[in-house]
Amino acid sequence: MDWSAIALSVRLAAIVSAVLLVIGLPIAYWLTFSSSRWRFVFESIVALPLVLPPTVLGFYMLVALGSRSPLGRAWQTWTGHGLAFTFEALVIASILYSLPFAVQPIAASFAQIDRTLLEASATLGVGRLRTFLRVVLPLSIEGVLAGAVLTFAHTIGEFGVVLMVGGNLPGVTRTVSIAIYDDVQAFDFASAHRTALLLLLFSFAALASVYALMRKPWAVAPLS
Amino acid sequence: MSLDVRVRSRLSPRFTLDVAFTAAAGTTIVFGASGSGKTTLLRLVAGLRAPDEGRIAIDGRALVDVDAHIDVAPPQRRVGFVFQQLALFPHLTAADNIGYGLSRLTAAARQARISAIAQSFGIAHLLGNRPASISGGERQRVGLARALVTDPDVLLLDEPLSALDHETQSRIIADLRAWNEQRRIPILYVTHSQREAFALGERVLLLRDGMVAADGTPEAVLNAPSHESVARLAGFENLLDAVVVERRSNGGVMVVRLAGAAVDLETPLMSFESGDRIRVAIRAGDILVATEHPRGLSARNVVAGTIAALSRQGAIVRLEIDIGVPVEVHVTPTATATLDLQTGREVWLVIKTHSCHPVSAV
Repeated sequence: MDWSAIALSVRLAAIVSAVLLVIGLPIAYWLTFSSSRWRFVFESIVALPLVLPPTVLGFYMLVALGSRSPLGRAWQTWTGHGLAFTFEALVIASILYSLPFAVQPIAASFAQIDRTLLEASATLGVGRLRTFLRVVLPLSIEGVLAGAVLTFAHTIGEFGVVLMVGGNLPGVTRTVSIAIYDDVQAFDFASAHRTALLLLLFSFAALASVYALMRKPWAVAPLS
Repeated sequence: MSLDVRVRSRLSPRFTLDVAFTAAAGTTIVFGASGSGKTTLLRLVAGLRAPDEGRIAIDGRALVDVDAHIDVAPPQRRVGFVFQQLALFPHLTAADNIGYGLSRLTAAARQARISAIAQSFGIAHLLGNRPASISGGERQRVGLARALVTDPDVLLLDEPLSALDHETQSRIIADLRAWNEQRRIPILYVTHSQREAFALGERVLLLRDGMVAADGTPEAVLNAPSHESVARLAGFENLLDAVVVERRSNGGVMVVRLAGAAVDLETPLMSFESGDRIRVAIRAGDILVATEHPRGLSARNVVAGTIAALSRQGAIVRLEIDIGVPVEVHVTPTATATLDLQTGREVWLVIKTHSCHPVSAV
């Protein structure tokens, strides 16, 4: 088994989950509580990675991160090397690709909070940020955890975007699903079996923990 | 302290709340049918909704003033709100719910305030419990305590006791009265229960279709309705069509004839002319039933009729008496048994002159 690929995938998934938790909470909050008429546009953007082929997302990411893009150039001046085919590129691409898996369960659990509780908090002299920390977050903690677990699991298993943006550099961008692909290409079915089984068990455990958390059937269906 | 409200708020193309009043310290009952704008009025005062026009101020401090572009955010308004569904935080204990609005205090000061108000509301023993594990009446007290403990400048109560039994209601009303004896802040109390209106209110503001339809003491607004729709709201079960036949100015009474029945009733003298079509509002509980023709009574109206229907509803028995038109009368189950009241039985109804309220029938 390719332990370095597994370690890389776990590291990637942990970073992506942490980042998405931080940026997913405000996005989910806005999507749930905003009365903007343009909300549907942002909902669609957030959900886009669910339907977009990974190659399409990966292709645009590659263009956006390449040395001819403003982001790629800025990265080049800042770090002295290009962004494409690096671990950092994988992180950025994975954040975008897993966005709906973090935001949707969180937004779904925010939506279940009785709005009157937020109004009660306001009339008791408590502002929005503190209301979020004292009422919204504690009452939707299951959804937030589910979002984190799903993001982690989804990032561990991603393949297309990684291949497009990161390539296949051992120890840098070679993730566990790419390792399986390589094993199969090399007819090393025994190794592929072991890694695939590990991923299968892990994915099941992740989903089982999410459903146990949410205690509602199909609570994590992506578009629920 | 006094609350000054003059606002317009368009809720839909067909409904606009348009009210102007000043509420002094003490309890003002906001009374009205559902959809009359009661809750919207409270939400405007709390800042949970913005008016289209007008101004709301506490002692001259503007909470919202559309012309002056002032709109103070709800947390800064110092307006307490007890919601109809209470909105207790389900994940917090009663103590943490009550202390929720006191985070600016030190832990010790907060604890002292929580204990003091919990004592006075009789909920000190359940401070460690979550809302789901206490009774409805206890939850109501926690909700009240949570709003009162922050010492608001105005208190808004949206049907806070509607889900409780009468005994619990009375006790909480007594607590609330005692609390406001000391504070003397304006309280707007939304209800459609006359009992609560009479028990709490120094003043009743009657809303109809988003406007103030009547304003006065509970007795004036609810017991002597000037208008049919007010009478209906105030719980007069009987609204009988009638025509004024005679005014007796020296006796302070007038005689009206019920439409569809050859029955004359004596009522208090009101500003109606002979021949005017009016309605007579009579509470079902204000009518006495006799099984023999009564004599020697001070009551001026004795009317013969037949029991057309009889049904028991909790502690009262509803009789429908046919006197040419159907009249609803409420008696106790004991009276029903003692008098052997049953369908088809001939009875006499006794109604005092001042239990008959002539109202304009428009």
